[in-house]
Amino acid sequence: MEQSRSVLAPVRDVFRAVVVTVVPEAKQLDESGWLALEALVEDALAIRPPALRRQLQLFLRAIEWLPVVRYGRTFTALRDEQRGLILRHLQDHPVERIRCGFWGLRTLALLGYYGRPEAAYAIGYCPEARGWEAVQG
Amino acid sequence: MKMKRCSYDIVIIGSGAGGGTVAQELSSLCRDGARIAVLEKGPKLRDEEFTGREVEMATALYEDGGGFLTAEQTMTLAFGSAYGGSTVVYTGTSLLPPQRVLERWNVPGLSFADVEQRARKYVAENNVHLLEESLLNENNQLFVSGCRQLGYRVEQFPVNLKGCRGSSLCNLGCPNQAKQGTNRVQLPRAEQNGVEVVTRCEVQRIEAKKVFARVSDKAEGTKGEPSSWEAGDYEIDAKVVVVCAGAVNSSALLLRSGFGRSLPRLGRGFTCHPAFIMVAEHDRPITNAVGHPKSFYLDQFAESDHFLLETCMYFPFTTAKAMTGFGEEHSRFMRAFPRLQMILVLACDEVHDHNRVTIDGNGRPVVHYRFTPEVIHGLVQGAITSAKISFAAGAIRAHVPVSHSPTIERADAQRLDQIAQNPDFKPGKLSIASAHLQGGCAMGSDPADSVTDSLGRVHGVPWLYVADSSLFPNSLEINPYLTIMALADRVAETVREDMRSLL
Repeated sequence: MEQSRSVLAPVRDVFRAVVVTVVPEAKQLDESGWLALEALVEDALAIRPPALRRQLQLFLRAIEWLPVVRYGRTFTALRDEQRGLILRHLQDHPVERIRCGFWGLRTLALLGYYGRPEAAYAIGYCPEARGWEAVQG
Repeated sequence: MKMKRCSYDIVIIGSGAGGGTVAQELSSLCRDGARIAVLEKGPKLRDEEFTGREVEMATALYEDGGGFLTAEQTMTLAFGSAYGGSTVVYTGTSLLPPQRVLERWNVPGLSFADVEQRARKYVAENNVHLLEESLLNENNQLFVSGCRQLGYRVEQFPVNLKGCRGSSLCNLGCPNQAKQGTNRVQLPRAEQNGVEVVTRCEVQRIEAKKVFARVSDKAEGTKGEPSSWEAGDYEIDAKVVVVCAGAVNSSALLLRSGFGRSLPRLGRGFTCHPAFIMVAEHDRPITNAVGHPKSFYLDQFAESDHFLLETCMYFPFTTAKAMTGFGEEHSRFMRAFPRLQMILVLACDEVHDHNRVTIDGNGRPVVHYRFTPEVIHGLVQGAITSAKISFAAGAIRAHVPVSHSPTIERADAQRLDQIAQNPDFKPGKLSIASAHLQGGCAMGSDPADSVTDSLGRVHGVPWLYVADSSLFPNSLEINPYLTIMALADRVAETVREDMRSLL
């Protein structure tokens, strides 16, 4: 039942492959890290219209199969630099809708990765309600 | 479910800069027996629930978590949905309305002197002042230094703070209750005087002196207090209705209530200062995530090149999203977070026929927005000017999102002028966002080209008023909160004067 409500479950492999291309540090995530990342993305998608959630799945499936034409392999089977070229092509695509689709997917990847408090601390972002007092000890 | 019924003299829809002000200004009527309710769609958070955690707070305090998408999906809009509206999540910057802009608006019956005088009342009420120098962080000081080296006329923002500790978390709701938004000043006073504020109450439509609303239960695991009203559908009789739901939701509410049939300009004239974040890296850590984030601005190019610059400091996800690109080049900037200087570039947009608020088949707001050549020029010039300021302040590299190669090293700074000749401005590639939403219910004298008169009275509907940024007939070109409060103050005074005939 939980599976059927998940947007990412049917396209998890390609989504993770996109995330590690967008944020290379995501390769270091263990399974609990991935689950936290995906939970943030699922929460964000839950308040979006069902049509948008279906479009995301469709877009991810297209990303998985698009490289077969050029490389003879699916996205998940490509090397890192080849994946980067495919995503760059989408980012700069002449059709605005496709650029927007990639922007949305990239945003979800960044939300999942940098929305986790662990990632924020890892890059040196340590917010403190006490502000100056915390800095000055 | 059975519709619940109740009755008020005055119903105010929304509790932000407009609704909070109207509530306070009318609250003395409660002493004479008037019944006044503020209906707020969002929740009221307890002080201890302001944790400063980015995604958690954005989800709790903003509509769509701060990522309301335009119909074209090329820009996101950030607006609050909470007790206090967007005043909970702004940085407290409080500028007086510019005379040149109000004169250009040319609304019959609206004088600059009157608006300015009322704005000054809220300057005093909200403790607006300039932060002392010892509280300014290096992110802000570097902006000043860069601007001065380039001969630019940088100005300090007056801010409405009391007891600011410098958490830098303003946009996620102040964890120290220092920001003097309507949630801290006007709404509590209104409640003390007898105004009832009902949270989690979404108004669905307005009919002749009736408001239809739905109150929701607090969902498990979410922040905020439960509503003071039982969950369910309500039909509320109201002798006066004041709509203060913000530029997007006020227009949408009036459209789904059918007022668009007699008011062809309803929803039109939407402007929003489209903006993006510029990031530059220094070779040493700077104080950026501590201290007030938005202390200075530069507006000398507003007239000539259609852009403003403001200091800013955002959170990891917002910053990551704001930069273009991905992969190692993007990650390198993110890993340099403690060394990042940030500047917000805002375009001064003008009313354009395409840019408007409509509703979809379910009555939900849809914002249509295309970037005009002037906006594109403003964003490109603003990005280049920001990079120059950062380099003048000592940055070693800058992220220039309108460049084909966004990372510009200090040694290549001369490339910046070439970028101006051949910018890479592709809607859908750039992360453009807006938080200054204006227009949709413009003031004017003629129902053919405006929605209300200069006092916020909806044309042809004597019991219905608007009091928020949707009243602006064109862009304000500065941060709008004090101007919204000043206009709301005028509307409240008008309601008082009209009361005898309306009640």
